[in-house]
Amino acid sequence: MTMEARFNLINTLMERFKEGIISTTTFRGDLTVAIKPALLPALLSYLKTEKGFNFLMDICGIHYPERSEPLEVVYHLLAFERRERIRIKVPLQEDQAVPTAASIYKAANWFEREAFDMVGIRFDGHPNLTRILTHHEFVGHPLRKDYPSDKNQILRKPLEFHLSKDADAEIEDPVLHQRRFINIGPSHPATHGAFRLFAELEGEVIKKARAEIGYLHRCFEKMAETHTYHQVIPYTDRLNYCSSPMNNAGYCRAVEKLLGIEIPKRAQYMRVILNELSRIIDHLVCIGAQSVDVGALTNFWYFFQGRELVYELFESYCGARMLVNVTRIGGMVRDFPEDWLDNCLNVVGRIEKTVLEVNRILTNNKIWVHRTKGVGVVSKADAIDYGFTGPCLRACGVAFDLRKTEPYYDYDQFDFDIPISEDGDTYARYLVRMEEMLQSISLVRQVVKAMPKGPYAVDSPDITLPPKQEVYTNIEALMNHFKLVMHGIQPPKGDVYSSTEAANGELGFYIVSDGSKNPYRIKVRPPCFAIYQAVEEVVEGSTISDLVAMLGSLNIIAGELDR
Amino acid sequence: MATCIEVTNDYKPGLEERLPIFTTQAKKLIAWGRKNSLWPLPFATACCGIEMMAVFASHYDSARFGAELVRFSPRQSDLIIVAGTIVEKTAPILRHIYNQMMEPKWVISMGVCASSGGFYRAYHTVQGISSIIPVDVYVPGCPPTPEAVLEAIMRIQKLIEKGRPTPK
Repeated sequence: MTMEARFNLINTLMERFKEGIISTTTFRGDLTVAIKPALLPALLSYLKTEKGFNFLMDICGIHYPERSEPLEVVYHLLAFERRERIRIKVPLQEDQAVPTAASIYKAANWFEREAFDMVGIRFDGHPNLTRILTHHEFVGHPLRKDYPSDKNQILRKPLEFHLSKDADAEIEDPVLHQRRFINIGPSHPATHGAFRLFAELEGEVIKKARAEIGYLHRCFEKMAETHTYHQVIPYTDRLNYCSSPMNNAGYCRAVEKLLGIEIPKRAQYMRVILNELSRIIDHLVCIGAQSVDVGALTNFWYFFQGRELVYELFESYCGARMLVNVTRIGGMVRDFPEDWLDNCLNVVGRIEKTVLEVNRILTNNKIWVHRTKGVGVVSKADAIDYGFTGPCLRACGVAFDLRKTEPYYDYDQFDFDIPISEDGDTYARYLVRMEEMLQSISLVRQVVKAMPKGPYAVDSPDITLPPKQEVYTNIEALMNHFKLVMHGIQPPKGDVYSSTEAANGELGFYIVSDGSKNPYRIKVRPPCFAIYQAVEEVVEGSTISDLVAMLGSLNIIAGELDR
Repeated sequence: MATCIEVTNDYKPGLEERLPIFTTQAKKLIAWGRKNSLWPLPFATACCGIEMMAVFASHYDSARFGAELVRFSPRQSDLIIVAGTIVEKTAPILRHIYNQMMEPKWVISMGVCASSGGFYRAYHTVQGISSIIPVDVYVPGCPPTPEAVLEAIMRIQKLIEKGRPTPK
């Protein structure tokens, strides 16, 4: 967002909503507008309809016990066409409620439920303000500062089926079209993770569906608050565990933005290579598992062979196969070993062969096309309103890819295309993912070729550890090492939102710092959360077997869905 | 099994061609069959689930141990592999699924999260599934390597061979 655009936007808002706006601030290029709760619906509608802020990216609740207004709701909006972002903050009293945004953005529904569940913010007029991530008997709000991070509660009952089982009055032929209720998940072959769907069937057609999540809510955000900035990195690995280096890079980039530092070119290029490799393996597991669900087992075997190759590559770099934990704030953990880049080229060549092979098996396969074409169609408008990002959005015909729209790490220097499709169905999502893998392979080749020499991390004693050899021989290095390990990185006070294009879409990190070694609040904007929210609406009217084909193509990863 | 094979040569040929026969104890024969045809139920909640997919996939190929036929119905499976973090919301479901499995049944706890909660010492994470269901083999690692999971399957096979735990 340019200075001029920001200035213009602030001016227009100040003119129009003079009474409601408390303050406008800019920190690290992020524009923040603090408003009174009553103004929220008017401001959001205005921004959406007249200023083009059509994406509601995230809603975050924060608890500040020492302030006179102890609660705060933070909204992140994106104007996709103009590539502008704005943050809206609404401070609240303990007993004050904020008007819901669910009638303006469909995406707001679940994000508001999450803010209610985690921090206890009440949203006036919300259609279903119930717990979403924690157990339904959970007492209290875990992300309040007075809730101890390790306080477990005794919760025994599983969640009851919660679609109303009222009498089937409207059905014409009660024998042929009996209304049935079916529970899918959380342990189900089609879910590939722990989430659940209640469905009401008439015959074989789904009449109504209710999605239920939280079966993998392992408290990432609370854990992040109790650890130092560096210690959070391994937790980020486990968000989208199919492509962990991307989460590492996304988190570290956010902290680097908070610190206001730029990492060396070599580190950037290293991150790009690892990101693109992870994008490939994420799509491999998505398409592989999806094809298993519709009965095409062969592709799974083929694709997992490719995944093994990348695993071996990761293992030779850092010792871990899957959850690699390779980035550090300010750069990378170490340089690539010798021959690694050559091996990498070799591996992407072999994966390219596999992808083309599967392309020959699947893309024109009659059964595959029949099972996926026209199944799980999401319209362009719905996709934007629900906050879809990534391949699922691009399959609806929106060329939104942060690598192109808000380029980072020199992505604009490389030659690659953003595949899109207009259909918005399961087949389109499959095609987009296949093409993206080929684009990523070409990207890896270009980046390896252009790999600059130089350091792989910034040289700053406040941020990165000194080399081990120095620590043993040099008193200054020893002291720096000790100080960094004991006191951690201490970024300035403030908050930043930084997003990267992960395999599933925009992975955003909103970090609030109070100047201490632990983050005050970290909110992850997981791409899956917005996508899975739409499932309830999309599956209505389709059959159970279509649901199975569709769920695979949305690539819901429970780790980042529930955090 | 191997100790009991005894091929007799004084068998009188019948109408068909001669067949070698052996004698053994029924329970050993059953155990031999059981251990080589484990039908695992993958209770995959998190990251370990992806690594478990690698165990079943082509490279590591758990079919070599007779344990490749993944069943998602607890009624059809005799080995449950709990792969991934179990949180409070999933715990009653895990218990329910375990109860639905037929005896005899075995449990592998894959990864530190399932075994002890791992580094999630948090308000919504179960600190080890042993508080919900009995575990036969724990596999350390975050996530464990596929080799470690195969080792766990082999240990389950040894348990079955020795008749432990005794089937009801």
